[in-house]
Amino acid sequence: MNVVTPFEGIGASVKRKEDLRFLSGRGQYTDDINRPGQTYAAILRSPHAHGRITSIDTAAAAAMPGVVAIFTGADMPDLGGIPCGWQIHNKDGTPMAEPMHPVLAVGKVRFVGDAVAAVIAETRAQAKDAAEAIQVEYEVLPAVATLEAALAPGASLVHDDVAGNICYDWHIGDKAVNEAAFIKAAKVVEFDLVNNRLVPNAMEPRAAIGDYDPTTEDYTLYTTSQNPHVIRLLMGAFVLHLPEHKLRVVAPDVGGGFGSKIFHYAEEAIVTWAAGRVKRPVKWTAERTESFITDAHGRDHVTKARLAMDADGKFLALHVRTLANMGAYLSTFATSVPTYLYATLLSGVYATPTVYAEVKAVFTNTVPVDAYRGAGRPEATFLLERLVDVAAAETGMDRVEIRRRNFIPADAFPYQTPVALQYDSGDYQATLDQALEAAGWAGFEARRAEAKARGRLRGIGISTYVEACGIAPSAVVGSLGARAGLYEVGTIRVHPTGSVTVLTGTHSHGQGHETTFAQLVTDRLGVPLAQVDVVHGDTAKIPFGMGTYGSRSLAVGGSAMVKAMDKIVAKARRIAAHLMEASVEDVEFDRGTFRVAGTDKTRSWAEIALTAYVPHNYPIEELEPGLDETAFYDPKNFTYPGGCHICEVEIEPETGITTVVNFTAVDDVGRVINPMIVEGQVQGGVAQGIGQALLESCVYDSEGQLVSASFMDYQMPRANDLPMVSVATHTTLCTHNPLGVKGCGEVGAIGSPPAVINAVVDALKEYGVRHIEMPATAAKIWGIINASRPAMAAE
Amino acid sequence: MPQVTLTVNGKTSTVDVEGRTLLVELLREKLRLTGTHVGCDTSQCGACVVHVDGESVKACTILALQANGSQVTTIEGLAKPDGTLHPMQEAFREYHALQCGFCTPGMVMSAIDLVQKHPDGMSEKEIREGLEGNLCRCTGYHNIVKAIAAAQDVMHGRAQTLAPAAE
Repeated sequence: MNVVTPFEGIGASVKRKEDLRFLSGRGQYTDDINRPGQTYAAILRSPHAHGRITSIDTAAAAAMPGVVAIFTGADMPDLGGIPCGWQIHNKDGTPMAEPMHPVLAVGKVRFVGDAVAAVIAETRAQAKDAAEAIQVEYEVLPAVATLEAALAPGASLVHDDVAGNICYDWHIGDKAVNEAAFIKAAKVVEFDLVNNRLVPNAMEPRAAIGDYDPTTEDYTLYTTSQNPHVIRLLMGAFVLHLPEHKLRVVAPDVGGGFGSKIFHYAEEAIVTWAAGRVKRPVKWTAERTESFITDAHGRDHVTKARLAMDADGKFLALHVRTLANMGAYLSTFATSVPTYLYATLLSGVYATPTVYAEVKAVFTNTVPVDAYRGAGRPEATFLLERLVDVAAAETGMDRVEIRRRNFIPADAFPYQTPVALQYDSGDYQATLDQALEAAGWAGFEARRAEAKARGRLRGIGISTYVEACGIAPSAVVGSLGARAGLYEVGTIRVHPTGSVTVLTGTHSHGQGHETTFAQLVTDRLGVPLAQVDVVHGDTAKIPFGMGTYGSRSLAVGGSAMVKAMDKIVAKARRIAAHLMEASVEDVEFDRGTFRVAGTDKTRSWAEIALTAYVPHNYPIEELEPGLDETAFYDPKNFTYPGGCHICEVEIEPETGITTVVNFTAVDDVGRVINPMIVEGQVQGGVAQGIGQALLESCVYDSEGQLVSASFMDYQMPRANDLPMVSVATHTTLCTHNPLGVKGCGEVGAIGSPPAVINAVVDALKEYGVRHIEMPATAAKIWGIINASRPAMAAE
Repeated sequence: MPQVTLTVNGKTSTVDVEGRTLLVELLREKLRLTGTHVGCDTSQCGACVVHVDGESVKACTILALQANGSQVTTIEGLAKPDGTLHPMQEAFREYHALQCGFCTPGMVMSAIDLVQKHPDGMSEKEIREGLEGNLCRCTGYHNIVKAIAAAQDVMHGRAQTLAPAAE
């Protein structure tokens, strides 16, 4: 690795380049943008979870002040439905049910929040006022708000043509081998659990501005997206039927995503299409309540699992049956989450010889459910790490020992799991040991006793996990039903004076790419960090890209940049060889200097860059001028971060309030580029995991009303709900990408929830608690403690 | 249409507003000061916090007309004219207390008011309790708490310069 002074390359905790504009109020988020002549859209949404639209009367609304236009589903008969990006096949080989998702409701509404009409007006307030004046008559139909209700015999159908509300009935693994293994088991542990539904709640509400130039017929969409090129592809090709060269998508500064801003949403299509109709820009910004009832939710699994063990506590087989809630329509990646991002992780960090998983995806009259930070891997990890603790309790084994005994050994990589994935590297014993040491595991019982003396119940919990990210090899995901390739694109543009602009198809919405990616360039090319800028989020500037999700930006996008830099260096060496009258093979490049090996003949980076653009003395017959290279990188495999999280809690028995008193994360994220940013990513992920485990509860009533649809009802973690989080890394390198990186964006949210719940169950062990569903709220815990009080008193 | 006159970041403006216009709408839409953000509709998230006559206020909870005659400071008005950051801004950068940046302006404005109201300094717990009105979904607050702890020493004159974050 190159070293520049001051050290700004790989491994340096340099401060972020993006911070100054955010700290000065100069960030530019979508709602901060205003286009000349802009109008405002308000969306009228269904107040019913399920119903037939019998009439829509817009006459009174259309006559209100400032109203420019009102559109309903009937006005857009030529538009396509919002597409799903991943086709899953049933056990019998038939394709999943894939009902039409109209941009504005046609005929029926299927969840509270379903878009029914769009009002375009001169001001935001006028648009809202007019939307309230639209008269819609509904024939209200029975709603299915839960998995149980949707699967009940005779249940109301969300889509008339989807029998039983089943989207797909899928499986993975060898069923016969799995069943045979259970027959030989000395012990079978059976365990049911729920993975609670969550609302992502990025702090910036979604927003979109459609713009249209009638002279060129060019459309521009400004949107809060994690992947502008994907939105251009999905909306252009499938919904609006606009070719790419007539559609520009800009995702400027985006205020957090966590998955919820991956997907193509109806509002993006509405404002773009409407801008073409009213010939003026159209802006829509979600209010928070609108975000709650339209942003894709996360998780929502109900699972039954059986673990077969031998007499020594070795895992023999795992059988998992999961019901996954899709909501009312299939969101962009929804179908892949409970299948290829979940069931393929059910081997976890364990050498379980056979895993068989069955997943039924189910439509309900709720907001669509899709990827939320971790997407499938938190669900797999929560299941496994709770199940292993239950197995330990039921066999009398130590919680750490049962894990050690079943770990995939460090010398077994590459390791082929029974559920399709091949892990390339990891060392689960090492991350476990480091975490046990850092968390003071050995001294815990003394802390428990001390807490008890203060009247507090103290517990400790552990979670050891692996996840699959760096998404993903195109051929592999294509064979599994993905309708897109998942490579990434990077351009390294060296300017005549030697400074560099990086164009990346990934998108930064908090991850600090403008800094981390610049560090890659500084490290490789020797250009100071201040002379490297990273550009993302605009399809007019960046050749192509698949965006940011699944912790893919560095592993896939960074690797594309490395490939592009390889091309830059190869060309620059040829220019240097020409200038120094040496053969290319003899020219070395290091720290921004080209040198003829073994001599003091050198040329600087700036000289070579200038020569490339002012080619007066140049091998023009054999080399084009310029120093600007693009690379597409398709990963060879997923990456496999793993590690160990340990959580320590105290419960106040009088109130049931749980306080996380210590949290230790030791993660193997591969090579670390910027330790400060990695720590921040893990801390934020852990906060979301603790939120899921203790606080966040997405509640629908039986009629399909989301009753937790505001920050007053949905408990987001606040500063006082969270501890300081101790973060450390233990590195094994990814073996198949040029940087050796694995990804750090989701590990915090994947590893932490079972560590928290294992700690809560441990704290409550004198009450005979086998499991407690998330969120483990104070009310729930108080109920457990209180219910057992009389019995304990009688003892 | 009613008029409101107020001084924002040292500059006095008179603006026509509807009676229902919120202060945050005036700042964002009329004065184009888009550093102040709107993250919710129930006054829960704190992304819109500004200072009105020196006190932190959620700009989504008061009408523009209520700010008539007031001195308002927004995130854009914190740094000195030469670009020198306020110690709280500097601390947020030094301690990596921001990720997506959306909650940051409100968080910084709240934190400054919080520090000013606690001249004897705050413990970690007091800082966490003081941030009750501000949501952040990215950081887990860990680095925000550290940044505020470091900034208060500079703001109260107990340290000449900001303590550097540990590597």
